[in-house]
Amino acid sequence: MGAATRDAFGEAIARVGEDPRVIVLTGDLRDSTRTEAFAERYPDRFLECGIAESNMIGIASGLALEGKVPWACSFSCFVTGRFETVRLSVAYQEANVRIVGTHSGVGVGEDGYSQMSLEDIAMIRALPNVSVINPADAVETERAVEYLLDHRGPAFLRLTRQGVEDVNDDGYRFEFGKAVTLLEGSDVALVATGAPVGEAVKAAEALEDDGVSTTVLNVHTITPIDEPAVRMAAARHRAVITIEDHSVHGGLGGAVAEVLAAGNGSAAPLHRIGMRSFGESGSPAELYAKFGLDAVGIARTAREVLKARS
Amino acid sequence: MAVDTEREALIERLTGTARELRILDLEMIIEAGSGHPGGTLSAADMIAALYFHTLRLRPEEPRWPDRDRFVLSKGHCIPIVYAAMAMGGFFPKEELKSLRDLGSPLQGHPDRTRLPGIEASTGSLGQGLSVAVGMAVAGALDGAAWRVYCMMGDGEQQAGQIWEAAMFAGRRGLDNLCGILDANQVQQTGKVAERLDIEPVVAKWRSFNWHVREIDGHDMAQILDALDEAALVTGRPSLIVSRTVKGKGVSWMELDPAWHGKAPEGEMAERALAELRGERSG
Repeated sequence: MGAATRDAFGEAIARVGEDPRVIVLTGDLRDSTRTEAFAERYPDRFLECGIAESNMIGIASGLALEGKVPWACSFSCFVTGRFETVRLSVAYQEANVRIVGTHSGVGVGEDGYSQMSLEDIAMIRALPNVSVINPADAVETERAVEYLLDHRGPAFLRLTRQGVEDVNDDGYRFEFGKAVTLLEGSDVALVATGAPVGEAVKAAEALEDDGVSTTVLNVHTITPIDEPAVRMAAARHRAVITIEDHSVHGGLGGAVAEVLAAGNGSAAPLHRIGMRSFGESGSPAELYAKFGLDAVGIARTAREVLKARS
Repeated sequence: MAVDTEREALIERLTGTARELRILDLEMIIEAGSGHPGGTLSAADMIAALYFHTLRLRPEEPRWPDRDRFVLSKGHCIPIVYAAMAMGGFFPKEELKSLRDLGSPLQGHPDRTRLPGIEASTGSLGQGLSVAVGMAVAGALDGAAWRVYCMMGDGEQQAGQIWEAAMFAGRRGLDNLCGILDANQVQQTGKVAERLDIEPVVAKWRSFNWHVREIDGHDMAQILDALDEAALVTGRPSLIVSRTVKGKGVSWMELDPAWHGKAPEGEMAERALAELRGERSG
């Protein structure tokens, strides 16, 4: 198991923090959001906002309007949960704010549903001009942070509490809005985002052993979605399966469904793996197994979908 | 003596400006056929003092880096600011007629992306002060000389985010920030005291480490004194609690919640404008 993407974020933000435009804000979560190194290195540009996330997001907006590059960091459910402030003070104003949500998905584990964000992608994706990046592993997170330093416009960076499988090599280059083909096959396309990408890769290996030729597409940028890559996946496979540690409504599955429903000339069916209920306490591994997000669950679903298709 | 005379002249000039702003404001709301006259009329005197005396602005260069920032947190009252901007030369007065029209930069609530000179897009009550605080933090970090002003409503004091921002700014001692509370006593559906009383609001802000001055918000001398004083306070943000009358200037609008969010029409519109112009109302 590789590092948690929040750990990679913490290292990267301390590094890019050298840029004097960078301001980091947290709501009493400098430890959990891994922003302590930045806070120690640049205390003047670290703003402790207390447990008051609406105000934190508004302050970030004001900073952005003055040319700073603020990163408002908290558990994803607490920052995106202040949706109305994100909507008006960030998105509508085109404020150059980075909303950083750690502890996304059921991967949070034992703390249970109240700390898990299963709706954050859907909410933010409804805003016209906010980019959504949900990295699959540590190196992708570091490259995404470096990219976001000079990105123009509001962005939401969605991170994990738990360790995730490394799926990219060290020389990985991040291309905003461009999905990454990790494995190329012809029977089924596993279109995944965030922590489950590593599970999808393992599932693909198991499926290959069964003679199922499998593609794994890592969609790290959900807004804007890589439409050509999604259409290609549907055109070249017998089935498309989306996988996300998030509600099946409005997240990656929703985005892919929208692209495919708009017409791609392909009859490949779409199946969405993700959350259809609230989360609960348990270890991340147990929860991924329970909700079919682990390699075993993904492979099982893929076999069922292909069987129904044949 | 010379100083006194100068001050008197300033007070007289700004009082006249406020009167003109009220007329422009109501004319554009009548033309638009919708809007929020009550809270614009209560704020007119303070807006006149800000835009024509206190704020360092360059209308021909709205993004001038050294300008003072003004955030209207009670965004529904933006027509009175549009009036001041037009009178000050940010855009031609003729454009005021496009208020709330499709494609107009004069949106029903302020939109910074459409109208240069608007510092923040607001309209969801409770959010503007946080944005102003962010601007003040940026200014303080950069050692900038410009100041940030933020006008709120009294009904808006009911919003929790206001107090999050108040706590943060007070804690950090942001003395480049001046809040203005247009305490016009009335919110959409009734008296503030009857919906969710905010008093004692002066004591609340003082306890959050703000320097607070309470004034009659229709007395230009008191407005100027309070704005001057706020600029001199160090180590703490300032708040001016401006006690005003919603609908000020149109007798039958005053303190009547019915005129929170409705434009007068026909004969009512003519009577309102006549009163503001000092003509005998018909």
